[in-house]
Amino acid sequence: MTGAEPAQPVLRLTDITKRFGSVTANEAITFDLARGEVIALLGENGAGKTTLMNILFGQYTADTGEVEIFGKPMPPGNPRAALDAGVGMVHQHFTLAGNLTVWENIVLGAQSLAAMSLKPAAVKARIRALAEQFHLDVDPDARVGRLTVGERQRVEILKALYRDARILILDEPTAVLTPQEADALFATLREAVDLGLSIIFISHKLHEVLAISDRVLVLRHGRLVAERKTGATSREELAALMVGSEVSAPEFVAQSPGAPLLSLRDVSTEAAGTATALNRVTLDLCAGQIVGLAGVSGNGQGALSDLVSGLISPSNGEMRVLDASIDGWSPRRAIAKGIARIPEDRHKTGTIADFDLTENAILETYATEFARRGWMDWRRARAHAESLIDTYDIRCPGPDVRIRLLSGGNMQKLILGRVLETGPRIILANQPVRGLDIGAVNYVHSRLSDARADGAAILLISEDLDEIMRLSDVIHVISKGRLSPPFARGTMRAQDLGVWMAGHGFEDIANAS
Amino acid sequence: MRLEPIANPTAARRFGLPALAVGTTFVIAAVLAMIAGADPFSVFGLIIHGAMGSKFALLETLNRATPLIFTGLAVAVAFRAKLWNIGAEAQLYAGAVIAVVLGTGALAWPSGVLLPVMAVCAMLAGALVLLVPALLKTRLGVDEVVTTLLFNFIFLLFVSYLLEGPLKDPMGMGWPKSSRLIPDARLPRLVDGLRLHWGFALALLSALAVWVINTRTTFGYEMRAVGQNVEAARFAGIPVTVVILKTALLSGGLAALAGFSEVAGLKGSLTLDLSPGFGYTGIVVAMLALLHPIGVVAAALFVAAIFVGADSMSRAAGVPTYLADIMLASALLLMVLAILLTKFRVRRD
Repeated sequence: MTGAEPAQPVLRLTDITKRFGSVTANEAITFDLARGEVIALLGENGAGKTTLMNILFGQYTADTGEVEIFGKPMPPGNPRAALDAGVGMVHQHFTLAGNLTVWENIVLGAQSLAAMSLKPAAVKARIRALAEQFHLDVDPDARVGRLTVGERQRVEILKALYRDARILILDEPTAVLTPQEADALFATLREAVDLGLSIIFISHKLHEVLAISDRVLVLRHGRLVAERKTGATSREELAALMVGSEVSAPEFVAQSPGAPLLSLRDVSTEAAGTATALNRVTLDLCAGQIVGLAGVSGNGQGALSDLVSGLISPSNGEMRVLDASIDGWSPRRAIAKGIARIPEDRHKTGTIADFDLTENAILETYATEFARRGWMDWRRARAHAESLIDTYDIRCPGPDVRIRLLSGGNMQKLILGRVLETGPRIILANQPVRGLDIGAVNYVHSRLSDARADGAAILLISEDLDEIMRLSDVIHVISKGRLSPPFARGTMRAQDLGVWMAGHGFEDIANAS
Repeated sequence: MRLEPIANPTAARRFGLPALAVGTTFVIAAVLAMIAGADPFSVFGLIIHGAMGSKFALLETLNRATPLIFTGLAVAVAFRAKLWNIGAEAQLYAGAVIAVVLGTGALAWPSGVLLPVMAVCAMLAGALVLLVPALLKTRLGVDEVVTTLLFNFIFLLFVSYLLEGPLKDPMGMGWPKSSRLIPDARLPRLVDGLRLHWGFALALLSALAVWVINTRTTFGYEMRAVGQNVEAARFAGIPVTVVILKTALLSGGLAALAGFSEVAGLKGSLTLDLSPGFGYTGIVVAMLALLHPIGVVAAALFVAAIFVGADSMSRAAGVPTYLADIMLASALLLMVLAILLTKFRVRRD
């Protein structure tokens, strides 16, 4: 981006190998990072990106190889060493204390909060100067718990800069941002590069990698399979390198929608804990249509998902399913109504880790399909699991293997099989492809496409705007529990949706109605 | 140092470590025996001989194991569903009180009717005792560890009141003790002439029944699902609250059978020292059994053998019987550690 010629490397990794048991997470990885350079580390989940960064940071000890920072070899297994040498990391999941203020969070870990020498005024002044310089607009006195996700990320970056980081590592930094916030982040990063910082940018989003980096390193199955100058590569080439073969995504052809199968009219829900409740939401899920729900995470997606799943009921307004009102709404009722539910967290909500595949396959139907008068029919349950393994191409040693041992993609295939095999009328797909590799993503999407062609009404909740825009016939944006009007496919650009995601536009409809 | 989860522990790890825990228990006991001035091998020999060296000793061990099987099952059932029932002691006494109330002449029915009625009523009483903390847990989120544990003391005081008042034996010469059960209310001996009553058979049957419930019924499937991952169970439509309450009823009922069997089978009357902590030892038994119902039988026999054997060893070798308590305590701690290490690996960074 800067055109600054790489001179002496600020960071050099030589021949890093790390094995966990029989699994090789990193194999003979060598690269270096120059001053003022942005490297993108591209790879699917499980390609070894996180392990590599943990080694660089001293969280793990490499089996072989060496890490050098500013020409100085790092002692293995000492997390402080990398910090002290000027490496700052912004994790995907923030590491901030919500009940402390911004400046306290920034100081935390660098200095003792109780130290006599601590001068809040001086600290805050320095934070303000850094914020100004890098266009990171945050109030040092704000409580972190009240900040938006984008603001929290800025605090994380400020935290690294405050400690004089010369090398910044960002792990999937845009996953939680609106397009506008992502653009602002990129502007900040360019600023940092101009001031001589070096950046490692970890991502699996190709357009971001192309937009921000000078050089792209592609990791696959723990190996460094390719290194490209960003200017001399293309989206297609990177996608193929990342997966190891050509990939084709399912097409979604337009089709006319049928009758509404699930409808919400002015529905609100009770606030539970810190989760955002729904505020007068009106929504129709029609047969043969995918409705996409865009929004920054934590804006009421959970409440809507819980509502459709049967976990909560409306406190106000009317909810109708298959043209009947819902009384005694519960997960069991939702299942009985033919709602297929793909939960957001397949590890915690979708499956029971230490149950075997058979037991997980019948979680929703054990009482109705696989038992008689309270006695389990394990033979039928096992046969059912075997047929799911065949039909949905679940790669596993067999139906008796504990689900914990399956990869995320295969776990998701089991959940898909469990809920789709019953021929559902309505499908709730909450983050159905998060954390999956491209092959599994395409598989899940084509199954949703099939269900749509068969006339199912699908609600797709995702934080990935690309996914929403590609799959959805209709898009709603959710912000602070309020729902935007429906936008038909192709009428909105990502930037337009971003305006709604940031919470603008809702007042106008409220005034108009 | 940190713990790293093991996705798929090997069989050696899953069975070897618990075996190692039991082995280490004996090493610790051996060291203590040496400190007490005895030869460890002769101490162990005496314990084994005292526990099963004669017909009398063996029957004594089986009798001692009987209440431990019941309380061990009660704890195993509850713990498997992550219902932390520390109150088996109170539930045991609830069963014992019912046995006395119904069995001292109030019901003059033939033995074949009276005993099943007593057993069922005892189970209901024990179930009720655990139902209250379970309701407090499901309705108000009150921690059942605290309520069940503290209720043990309350219930023991209540039993003490009963034995000084309504249930006091008028012929008891002032001792706090209930009247004796009528002959029809006594559990008969398994074999004539041998001091082993039907309570032992009932315990074995109960273990088998719990195993069948766990593996073959929808209720067992629901209990395991709720215990392993309550969030996924709720999402899948399993009625979590109902499952927890049903689990509480089963667990409380099993613990109460221990009290019924001790009063109707062994003692014939109720005193305050009916249980030397069988309810608490049941936790040790259940943990040693890795919460498996058939394992509970084995663990109860093991624990009973150590207690009975240590008694006679103490008389012969002059090593205090506290050795038995230390052995159980270290067996429990080491077993908990072994269970942890089957699931996690310790890594040093």
